Amino acid sequence: MASAAPVEVKEPERSEMTDLARPWKVIVWNDPVNLMSYVTFVLQKLFGYSKEKAHKLMMDVHTKGKAVVSGGSRERSELDVFRLHEHGLWATMEQDS
Amino acid sequence: MRRSGPGCYEVALSAENRELLRTLPGQLRAAVAANPKDAAFRRLFPPAYANDQAAEQEYRRLVGPELDQSRALAFDTLANTADATELSEEELDSWVRALNDIRLWLGTLLDVREDQTDDDPEDPPHLLYHLLTEIQGLAVEALLGDE
Repeated sequence: MASAAPVEVKEPERSEMTDLARPWKVIVWNDPVNLMSYVTFVLQKLFGYSKEKAHKLMMDVHTKGKAVVSGGSRERSELDVFRLHEHGLWATMEQDS
Repeated sequence: MRRSGPGCYEVALSAENRELLRTLPGQLRAAVAANPKDAAFRRLFPPAYANDQAAEQEYRRLVGPELDQSRALAFDTLANTADATELSEEELDSWVRALNDIRLWLGTLLDVREDQTDDDPEDPPHLLYHLLTEIQGLAVEALLGDE
C-alpha cells in the first residue's frame, strides 16, 4: 500500500467503500417454540439445502443459539430474511465484520 | 398424516381437533389486529436488523404488509381446510406455517422454555400447546417425506 501521497487527492471515505463491499450474513436464532424438524424443513425448502446440511445448520441453531444460514449482498440477505420471517423463524442480518 | 400420492396428503384428525384448527386462526388474527404491539405477539414480528433502528423501520415499511398478507392467507387456508381429509402440498405447507404462528403466540403466553421437564403443567393451555405441537410435527414429517 502507498504511503502518504505527494498530492492531495479527494477520495471517497475509505470506510464507506469497504462498507458497501462487505458482505452480509443471515442468522437464524434459536427459539424454544420452533420444532427442530420444522427448522430443518424450512432450511431445505427455502435454500435447497440437502437434508444433511439443513440438519447440521438446525443443530447449530439449537446447540449454539444461532447459525449463519446464508449471506451475500444486502438485497439478497434481506430477501432471505423476509422468507425466513414468512415461515416464522427469528432471523436477522448483519454485515461481516 | 401421510403422503398418499404425488402432492397429496391424507389427514386424520378428531372432530374436536379440527374444531380447534378451524377457530384458532381467527382468534389469533383478531387478537393481533386489536393490539399488534402486545408482547404476546413479539415472536410474530422478529426484527431483520437487530442493531439498526432506521434500517429496521424501512424493512418493516417495505415488507410488513406482505408478511401480514402471507400470514393471513395461511390462516385462512388452515381454517378453511380444517375438515379436509386430503390436502395438497400447498395447503399442508400453509398448515405448518399457520400452526407455527399459533404456537409462537401460545408459547409466548405460556413462557415456553427449552429446558422444560415432564413436570409440565397439564392445564388446558399447555395441553393445547402440546396438541398443536404434535399436529405441526406430523405435518412437517409428512412434508419432509420418506427421505
